[in-house]
Amino acid sequence: MKCTELLAILNEYVDGEIDPGICDEYREHLDRCDPCQVVVDNIRKTITLYRDAEEFELPTDFRDRLHSALRDRWRRR
Amino acid sequence: MSIVDSDSPLLSRAREGDLTAFEELVTRHEKRVYAVARRMLRNDHDAQDVTQETFLSALDHLPRFREETRFGSWLLTIATHAALKVIRRRKGLELVPLEDAADAIGGVPTPEWIAPWSRSPVELLETRETLRHLVAALDELADKYRLVFLLRDVARMSVRDTAAALGISEANVKVRLLRARLQLRERLTRLFGDSTRRMEPHRHDEQPEPPSVLGGALVTSGTVAAPSDRDI
Repeated sequence: MKCTELLAILNEYVDGEIDPGICDEYREHLDRCDPCQVVVDNIRKTITLYRDAEEFELPTDFRDRLHSALRDRWRRR
Repeated sequence: MSIVDSDSPLLSRAREGDLTAFEELVTRHEKRVYAVARRMLRNDHDAQDVTQETFLSALDHLPRFREETRFGSWLLTIATHAALKVIRRRKGLELVPLEDAADAIGGVPTPEWIAPWSRSPVELLETRETLRHLVAALDELADKYRLVFLLRDVARMSVRDTAAALGISEANVKVRLLRARLQLRERLTRLFGDSTRRMEPHRHDEQPEPPSVLGGALVTSGTVAAPSDRDI
């Protein structure tokens, strides 16, 4: 497997949806190819960052309005 | 089958009529929901409307929520659908069409800046600077890539559900996600990569190699041939 072929099925590997036969070949490639190993690791960290980041603060006045609206709706249920 | 979810005890209490428990659930998830809506919409006011709509809808549907999925994932799915409604209302104003037939040119860019990151995601998330970089990198992505990335990788929707939500094919979802991930990786690695450990792409592609089980070379100059981004 070449680096470019690895890249074309990178999603399937990262998402754990790769065919087991190809997965072995993928891992063998990663074992001997540092750049590809780093790219896969970079991608995983990129996804983790966006999953975990809460980069926008909830404005306080909006939060108050939100909870007030929810309490109103709760009482009318 | 139900899954283990740390929200389950609060959910049970909320269903039994405990408003405090429900508000605690909202407090746990409101920042994440707002962040996803804000990333999708790039507008504070619209993101607030979507966040409120999401929690009101969750409240209305609470009795019908089945614990086959995490409560947090369920909320993000509601939020992404609500945000897409807003985007579709805007369509024709500023949004690039979700299904852009002109965007079939080129393949997937090969990684250029390759280096291990010098800090872990947890360490990186401790600084406001990282958060600013994340916003900027995501803002640089075209809408069609950004939305697929947010639905698949952040809201954790399936390929099928993402395709249905965006009105594109599953093949298209996959190729857009690959491009989105690679573009974000490139940008973030230039910022977070350890430049002293930067490495050249592996050059074995240029050497004679026995035929691979995957078939012919996919290499073009600087890109990897991939399925067209156009809906196929």
